[in-house]
Amino acid sequence: MTRPRLAPPDTGVTRSGGTGTIRLIRWAAPLLAAFWLLLSGHIDPLFVTFGVISVVLACVLAHRAGLSLEKGPTLGLVLRLPRYLLWLVKEVLVSAVTVTRQVWSPRPNLDPVVACTPSRGLSPLTQVVYANSITLTPGTLSLDLDDEHIEVHALDSAGVEDLGDGRVLRQVHRLEARR
Amino acid sequence: MIVAVMAAILVTMLLALARAFLGPGRYNRILAINMFGTKTVLFVAVSGYLFGRPEFLDIGILYALVNFVAVIAVLRLTHETESDAA
Amino acid sequence: MILLEILSAVLLAAGTLFIVSGAVGLLRFPDFYTRIHATGITDSAGAGLILLGLLLRTTTWEAGVRLLIILLFLVVTGPTATHLLAHAARRDGVPVWRKGHPRR
Repeated sequence: MTRPRLAPPDTGVTRSGGTGTIRLIRWAAPLLAAFWLLLSGHIDPLFVTFGVISVVLACVLAHRAGLSLEKGPTLGLVLRLPRYLLWLVKEVLVSAVTVTRQVWSPRPNLDPVVACTPSRGLSPLTQVVYANSITLTPGTLSLDLDDEHIEVHALDSAGVEDLGDGRVLRQVHRLEARR
Repeated sequence: MIVAVMAAILVTMLLALARAFLGPGRYNRILAINMFGTKTVLFVAVSGYLFGRPEFLDIGILYALVNFVAVIAVLRLTHETESDAA
Repeated sequence: MILLEILSAVLLAAGTLFIVSGAVGLLRFPDFYTRIHATGITDSAGAGLILLGLLLRTTTWEAGVRLLIILLFLVVTGPTATHLLAHAARRDGVPVWRKGHPRR
């Protein structure tokens, strides 16, 4: 089965190196250090030395892998995040209930479709957030993405129509503070 | 209660293993094994509570990390071999 | 706290129901893509509920922090792994099951 390969998605985490890598390390290093302190719970010279070594090692590995960050999270984004996450938790629960009902129904009513939903004009990071939100909302699953579309597998055609209405996209836009 | 949850997780793991053996194809197997891995993490966490051994949770964290990396690695491996064959 | 006990029991029961349903769906659904629907979502939801249920029963903050870290990790990696698997399967041309076809 041959099908055209979509262009690899631009995720905001690019492989350019340079300043982006520095930016990534500046965000990641304090997080890694906090993670270490939280889990070890010891502040004595030996453990702190091990911690410093592992943080440096992780940063070196990130640099070697060529990971970098386009732009760091802004304060506004952090403030808008809880509302989006609450909505996401609700969607995941609704989704789980939907799937559970399908699983236990004696004759599951499945009519899968594959469709493309437009995602034109979204920033790379937003597109990734949108694709993940599609996966977590009921009945739909993102398969592939390029600059203008996201390919979606849905358990029934109602799921695709739901996306077409832009209910999910609105939440993603709200996270980005754009309506 | 906790014992019932553990039993249910074990049953879930058995069902996932059944799918891993049945297949068909590699993706069904990877999917089943991924699920088996997340259930292992849950099992370790719940048994840590049951036996009053909070250090089990560290093992759970480690297992969650290893499970994710393993799935990525397997996906990567299958793709490498395929592009070599093609 | 009897209230916490009850809430924790409810969370644990709901989470257990979800993960068992996910496994049954993994066996019952007709093809790879529908199965990934069944497991991907119930995995995240079930794991989250069970870990929250445990969190309500913990007494030490060390255990609580560890449970939260596991929760965060499973919730972040779950959908990622799901998407990567679906994407890889699609690229490899795993066929999509349609209504009325034999299951595979």
